[in-house]
Amino acid sequence: MLIVEPKPIEEVLSFLEGEASIFIAACGGCPVGAEVGGEPKALEMKAQLENAGKRVTGYITIDFLCNKALSGLHLARHISEIEKASCILVLSCGVGVQAIANTVDKPAYPAFNTLPMRGVPGVWQSTERCNQCGDCLLYLTGGLCPITLCAKSLLNGSCGGTNNGKCEVDPQLDCGWYLIYERLRRIGRFEILKRYVPPKDFQRYMPSAELRNSRLWALERKGA
Amino acid sequence: MSKIREKFERGEFVITSEVGPPKGTNIEPVLKEAEELCDRVDAFNVTDQQSSVMRLGSLVTCYLLKQRGLEPILQVTCRDRNRIALQSDLLSAAVLGIENVLCLTGDYTTLGDHPQAKPVFDLDSVQLLKVARGLMEGHDMMGNELDGKPTFFLGAVVSPGYEPIELQLIKMEKKIEAGAQFFQTQTVYDVKVFERFMEKASKYGVPIMLGIVLLKSPAMARYMNENVAGVTVPEELINELASVSREDRPKKSVEIAGRLIRQMKDMCQGVHIMPLGWDKYVPAVLDEAGL
Repeated sequence: MLIVEPKPIEEVLSFLEGEASIFIAACGGCPVGAEVGGEPKALEMKAQLENAGKRVTGYITIDFLCNKALSGLHLARHISEIEKASCILVLSCGVGVQAIANTVDKPAYPAFNTLPMRGVPGVWQSTERCNQCGDCLLYLTGGLCPITLCAKSLLNGSCGGTNNGKCEVDPQLDCGWYLIYERLRRIGRFEILKRYVPPKDFQRYMPSAELRNSRLWALERKGA
Repeated sequence: MSKIREKFERGEFVITSEVGPPKGTNIEPVLKEAEELCDRVDAFNVTDQQSSVMRLGSLVTCYLLKQRGLEPILQVTCRDRNRIALQSDLLSAAVLGIENVLCLTGDYTTLGDHPQAKPVFDLDSVQLLKVARGLMEGHDMMGNELDGKPTFFLGAVVSPGYEPIELQLIKMEKKIEAGAQFFQTQTVYDVKVFERFMEKASKYGVPIMLGIVLLKSPAMARYMNENVAGVTVPEELINELASVSREDRPKKSVEIAGRLIRQMKDMCQGVHIMPLGWDKYVPAVLDEAGL
């Protein structure tokens, strides 16, 4: 299980600037445990977006967004609503956002930050990876994680070590920034690449006392 | 003021070479080699643990060059130091009178001789440039005011042979926006590749120096083709180098490098020669290039 917390609505609205119509995909798995998931939260987000003048073309709750087969089946039933949307706002951990990004050719934006659990990796069905950095940047890449896909976790584009789309660290690895470049081009958000991304706040990699005392670790201690 | 900056501003062609600090304390030969080139070369890049191989530091080597009246260019990578150490080193450089700073991301740790090391990459090259410019403006990256501010002439790198070139150009633009005042390129052996690159890059109005690594042998050229990102040595050049005896290779290498520089120098504002130990041939290369 991964622990998530909603991003401030101001941050969500800032990266949704320029996106007029939005489809909401909410995870009904782990986020429910963190009390930020499921249909109630999808509806809450819908209201907040509409308040801000956005058009919400539809929403969906999927038990575990990271299960791409399951998500694909569910999303297929909402295809016309998704087609009407310029992007998808995903209420899930970083894995779920990436799973959606790899299923639908529309920008997938994260509504949550995935919190660091230090050694508690969670269980997910998809191949996408989340480092639980506590400050999700998937809105800058169309939904591919530069932290896990780039060996150096670079934030402002590939280094000079990319060779034919492969990484200098291991020629069998794809260059994460090459994948991001291709994706942004495919989904018509190429301009995002030109944006300067400031250094990461590594304080967020440190699990908070609240998290340590109230979540899984606390439960583990109780069980012992 | 930085001599290379002055030269760029006067519209003069700038020539730089490279100094690789030794693995150990035996610094004298390296300094001597640089000194012998001082009439022909405007400044010397000092590599920062090049290829992730642990060596004597770049900062102190720059200082020693400066003491001998040579102009250093401090290479700073993001591989080994976090944002605190990087900013501190930049301030140290300024106090030692080192103005030219080339900001790079750095090779990954596993490519060097300490593959077990923890890779840092707290900042990337674009962020490092912005941080350095912030220091020049009198504040650290948190906005705290500095007691005395440094002056830098900030450089960055770009790879003209990188595919797709669009990605390099976007990053180049970001680097300029962040504070880069001049560029040195990855080595280029194909005039057409450089021409294509300069057609797009010259519009930024920032001085660009053509990078040239001296080709020492056909095997080295093939190795670069297979392993060095964004570098392609055309088959004709490899054959040309292979056509002479081992003893004649330096002469051939000089001829090739000189010819390439001669063909490309009018497209750019300077040349950066990376001799990789063949420092003594640099004057001959420049002669051949007509510089």
